[in-house]
Amino acid sequence: MSDGGDAGGGGGPPTDSRGLARRIFAPAEEAIEELGILVQMAMRTLAWTFRRPFRVKVFVAQLEFVGVQSLFLVGLVGLFTGMVFAIQTVYGFRRFSAENLMGGVVALSLSREMAPVLTAIMVAARAGSGMAAALGNMRATEQIDALETMAVSPIQYLVVPRVLAGVIMVPVLALFFFGVGIGGAYLVGVVWLRLDPGFFFDRIQALMDKSDLVQGLVKSLVFGYAVTLISCRHGFYAKGGAEGVGLATTRAVVWSVVGVFMLDYVITALLTTV
Amino acid sequence: MTVATDTAVEVTKSGPSHSVSPPVDTPVVVDALVKRYGDKLVLDGITLHIERAETVVVIGGSGAGKSTLVRHLIGLERPTAGRILVEGIDIASLSDYEMSKLRRKFGMVFQRYALFDSMSVFDNVAFPLREQTKLGERAIRERVMTKLKELRVEHAAARMPSEISGGMSKRVGIARALVMEPEILIYDEPTSGLDPVTSRTVDELIEEMRETFGITSIVITHDMTSAFDIADRVAMLVRGRIAVEGPPEAVLLSEHEDVRQFVIASAVDPTRLEKRSKRKSPGELRAAFAESRKGKEKSTVES
Repeated sequence: MSDGGDAGGGGGPPTDSRGLARRIFAPAEEAIEELGILVQMAMRTLAWTFRRPFRVKVFVAQLEFVGVQSLFLVGLVGLFTGMVFAIQTVYGFRRFSAENLMGGVVALSLSREMAPVLTAIMVAARAGSGMAAALGNMRATEQIDALETMAVSPIQYLVVPRVLAGVIMVPVLALFFFGVGIGGAYLVGVVWLRLDPGFFFDRIQALMDKSDLVQGLVKSLVFGYAVTLISCRHGFYAKGGAEGVGLATTRAVVWSVVGVFMLDYVITALLTTV
Repeated sequence: MTVATDTAVEVTKSGPSHSVSPPVDTPVVVDALVKRYGDKLVLDGITLHIERAETVVVIGGSGAGKSTLVRHLIGLERPTAGRILVEGIDIASLSDYEMSKLRRKFGMVFQRYALFDSMSVFDNVAFPLREQTKLGERAIRERVMTKLKELRVEHAAARMPSEISGGMSKRVGIARALVMEPEILIYDEPTSGLDPVTSRTVDELIEEMRETFGITSIVITHDMTSAFDIADRVAMLVRGRIAVEGPPEAVLLSEHEDVRQFVIASAVDPTRLEKRSKRKSPGELRAAFAESRKGKEKSTVES
């Protein structure tokens, strides 16, 4: 039974100040609501992580999905990123005859920024979208409800293994990205542009610190958590049929990428003394 | 509102439903249930008592609130007001753990089957046993294959849900719901999207479950033919309220405008009701299954 329909009594004119205020503050209200849902899901995920039964089989499958299946893509992006950075650095630094610093500069930027950020973006695009689509489809076809009616927590069965896999595999992939990126820089700098290989490795050792790698790993761990949690959130609460699943997938990728950049700034500001 | 199966109750459009103490053997009681989503009132004071071994069919058009009602029965939604009592327990007061224990009394057959598409038919049916019991793989295999045979889909055990037809998926969904031997089985639109022949086969299956296992069934549908074939009692939902409740004949004789329109539009054959004379009444089934139920309850207490 409809209870009065839309608030304000049917297509109210702009003179309706309450309606206008509601429209102006709607995006902020939505953002707060969204944050609330995400925090609630994070808490439930945390609580279910330590409860039995542990879903080892599903977890291993997700490690394979997030990690192994992303390896080639992450490697490819890492290789080309390293190669491009090498060319740009040599081009720029040659102006003041400092091209031999290239190895160290590329290593520094890869470890602190490029490896964790680009790896997280690749995981969001490949695994995050897949997670949102899979969970969204399970929601649309009542499979999530079915789990609940069989006394199985869908958060524990579906979300926890995915988030854990993200937290573990994104740092591993970022390390792989870093290694392949350095390889790409070596190919361009040493093999193609004939820079001295001794200088290349010496500059890496001289310029890079343990803290650079640690910052990269901390970032990729947080990004892994954020990307998988955001992707699961959008899939888990997807509404509508095929269209809803499509929308959830798009939102998962977009908000994961935005989240990665926002968190990147926060972590960089916290861990870097300028 | 009384619940005697041979009594039709017509509810006026404006009059609220009143909650009444349920009779003794009433596993499910819906008491003045109200559900709102924001401004939208979806269920407006539903009161319904479901007796043991009875098949209650809830009919109504799209958007009448049928699926919302069924989601409340199994605790997937929380009421805005009112209560759902299962075996006398208000399910809103239960913790997650207690709710999951109570859910073992229920089996649910979903509108779109809800089979896990990453698992084979066998694994789908075995899933609740692996999750909720400590049975070994051999015992699970035996129970699953028995259920699949009963539902005549044992040949599809190794196939994936995407490789079987809608009718077969429905049977697998029923097998999965039955494998835990629930006391109450809820069917959400069991015949929607099926051809008429398969629809009648599903109806026969629901009847078979009732006669063979004495299961209490709640069927949500907009298929009047189904309602006439399988219902001990019909409750018709109109705009979130029960417009008429009673045996199928009551729906035919109803003078409620919306009910009349629904009956005319569904073009159901009233002579179908004559075939029902051979059916056992819920009372007869209760008497027949009383002993086995006592035994089951005893073994549950002991375990």
